[in-house]
Amino acid sequence: MKKVGNHNSISRKLFFSLALSLAFSLTSFAQDAAPAAATEVPVATQGGDPIKGKELFNSNCAACHKLDGKATGPALRGIADRRDKQWLYKWIHNSADLIKSGDADAIKVFEENNKVAMTAFPQLSEGDIDNIIAYTSEVKAEAPAPLPGAAAGTTSQEGGLSNNLILGALALVMLMLVVMLFLVSNVLAKVAKANGIEVAPNAPRQSIWKAFVRNQFLVLVASVFLLLASGYFVYGYLMQVGVDQDYAPIQPIHFSHKIHAGDNEINCKYCHSAARVSKNAGIPSLNVCMNCHKNIAEVAEATATPEYSKAFYDEQIQKLYTAVGWDKAAQTYTGKTEPVKWVRIHNLPDFVYFNHSQHVTVAGLECQTCHGPVETYEVQKQFAPLTMGWCIDCHRKTDVKMEGNEYYAKIHAELSKKYGVEKLTAAQMGGLECGKCHY
Amino acid sequence: MKRVYKITLLFGITILVASCHNKKAPNYQYFPNMYESVGYETYSESAAFKNGKEGQLPVDGTINRGFETYDYENSTAGYELAKANLKSPLDSLDRSSDKGKALYDIYCISCHGATGDGKGKLVEREKFLGVPSYKDRVITEGSIFHVETYGLNAMGSHANQLSKHERWLVADYVLKLKSQL
Repeated sequence: MKKVGNHNSISRKLFFSLALSLAFSLTSFAQDAAPAAATEVPVATQGGDPIKGKELFNSNCAACHKLDGKATGPALRGIADRRDKQWLYKWIHNSADLIKSGDADAIKVFEENNKVAMTAFPQLSEGDIDNIIAYTSEVKAEAPAPLPGAAAGTTSQEGGLSNNLILGALALVMLMLVVMLFLVSNVLAKVAKANGIEVAPNAPRQSIWKAFVRNQFLVLVASVFLLLASGYFVYGYLMQVGVDQDYAPIQPIHFSHKIHAGDNEINCKYCHSAARVSKNAGIPSLNVCMNCHKNIAEVAEATATPEYSKAFYDEQIQKLYTAVGWDKAAQTYTGKTEPVKWVRIHNLPDFVYFNHSQHVTVAGLECQTCHGPVETYEVQKQFAPLTMGWCIDCHRKTDVKMEGNEYYAKIHAELSKKYGVEKLTAAQMGGLECGKCHY
Repeated sequence: MKRVYKITLLFGITILVASCHNKKAPNYQYFPNMYESVGYETYSESAAFKNGKEGQLPVDGTINRGFETYDYENSTAGYELAKANLKSPLDSLDRSSDKGKALYDIYCISCHGATGDGKGKLVEREKFLGVPSYKDRVITEGSIFHVETYGLNAMGSHANQLSKHERWLVADYVLKLKSQL
C-alpha cells in the first residue's frame, strides 16, 4: 500500500526530466539552426545585392513571376545561367521592342507564354536589374525542418500524458481508500467479536420511503415540484425543435473563415458580394476564390496549426483547383468543372421573408451582428438561433439610421412625434407587423 | 447494490441523451413541410435540370435586365484602346459621393492598400506580391475600368462582384488616390 501515490518515485522523476530535456534540446537545436540558414552566403551573387533585389522583385516582378514554378510568366530562379545579361537588360526595359527587332530568343519566350506581353520597366536601372538577378540567383533555401513545431507537439503531448497520469493515480488512491475503509470496518467487527462485545443489531426502523408516502403534505409539495420541473424541461425541449443554433456541418472543402477574414482581414463582402445588393448573401462562386488562389497554390508554413497541417490546407486548395478545372502546371483552365456541394447552414423557413441587402446596405448592419465573430471560426457555424423572438428582439432594440436620408425625413418626423421619441427603432417603423416578413 | 445499479442506469441514460446532440447534423423540425420550400431554393439541387442544379447559367447570347455590355476585348490591344478612348459616364454627384471609397475598401484594399500604395494586408503578409503603387503606373479611368472588368496578370476580374456603375465609381476613386500619392 505504501507504493500507492508515490509522487517521488525515481522512475517518474527520470521520465519527467527526460521529457523536459528532450523538449528543450529540440527547441534550442531549432534556434541554432535558423540563424545558420540565414547567414549562409548566397552563391553567385554576381555583384548585385540580393536583399535589395528581393524588395525590387516583390514589388515589380512577383505579380507575374515566381522564383520556382510558372505563373503568368516563367520561373526566374537561376535566370542568369540561362540568359545573357545584356539581353536581360534589353528585355526588361522594353520586351516589345526586342520582339519586334526579330530576336529569336525573345520571340520564343513570347510564344511560350501565351503571347502575353511583359510590362516594360524603363524605370529599373541596370544596377537594379543586377540586384534582382542576384536575388534570383540565390540557391533555394532548404525548407527548415519543422523542428519547432515537432518540439511543441512533444511538449504538449507530455503535458497531456502527465495530466492523465496524475488523474489515474488519484483514481487509484480513491479506490484504495474505499477498500481500506471496508477492510477497517471488517477488522473492527472482528476485534469487537474477539473482545466479546456484542454489536447491537439495528433496531427495525420505518424505511424513509414509507414515511414519505405517509406524509401527505410532503407528497403534495414533491409532486407539484416534480410537475413544474418536468414542465420546464419539456418546454425547453420543445422550444429548441427546429432551431439550428451552433449547427456546424462538415463542408466538402474545409474553408477557414479564420484564415481569410481573420488573419488576412479580407472584407466579408469581398466574397459574399451579393449581400450588398440582393436578398441572398450568396455562396461565392469559385471564380472569386480564383481571384487570389490562382496565385496562392499552397499555404505558408506559418498558417498550419497543430490541428490542421500545411498538407491538409494544401489539399483543400487542390480540391478548389479540381472543382474549378485549373491546371496548376500549365496555368490554364481545363474546362472540366464540377460543382462543390456546400452544405447550407443558415436556412430560414419558407414562410418567412428575409432580405440581406435591406439589412446590410440600407440599415448598415455589421455582418457580425447576426453571424457572430465569423473571423474567428475555423469551422463555420450558425451563431444566432434565427428564431422569430430573436428577430423581434433586435427590431425592438435597434435604432434606425435616419440621418442623411432626406427622402424619408417627413415620415420620420411624424413617427417620432407619434411615439414621442428622438430615435426610432425598427419596431416603431413597422418592423413588428406580421405582413412585413410573413406573406 | 440495487441502488448503485439504478444510479448507473440514470447516469448512462443522461450520457446517452447528451451524446445524441450532434452539432454536425441539423436539428429536428416540427412539420417540416412548413419549413421546406415547394419552389426551388437558392443553390439547391433539382432534378428539373439536366445538370441537377437550381443555379443555371444564362442561355448563351442573353443578358439579364439592366446589364450593360462592355465592348473592348480582353487583350493587350483592347487595354490600349480602352486606356486611350474609354471615358467615365459618371456625373459630378457620383464623383463627389463616398460610394467609390466604400467599394474600394471592400474589394481593393486587401492588395492595393488603403492609400493605393500597393501595401495592402495581403502584400504585408507576403501572400500576394508585386502589387504596384498607383503612382508608378500610367493609368487612365478607361484603363482602370478595363482592368477591373477583365483583370490583369495576377489580378482577377471583379466584374461579377461589381456592377458596371460600381466599377466606374471605383475607377474614379482610384484616380483620386493616385492624385494624392
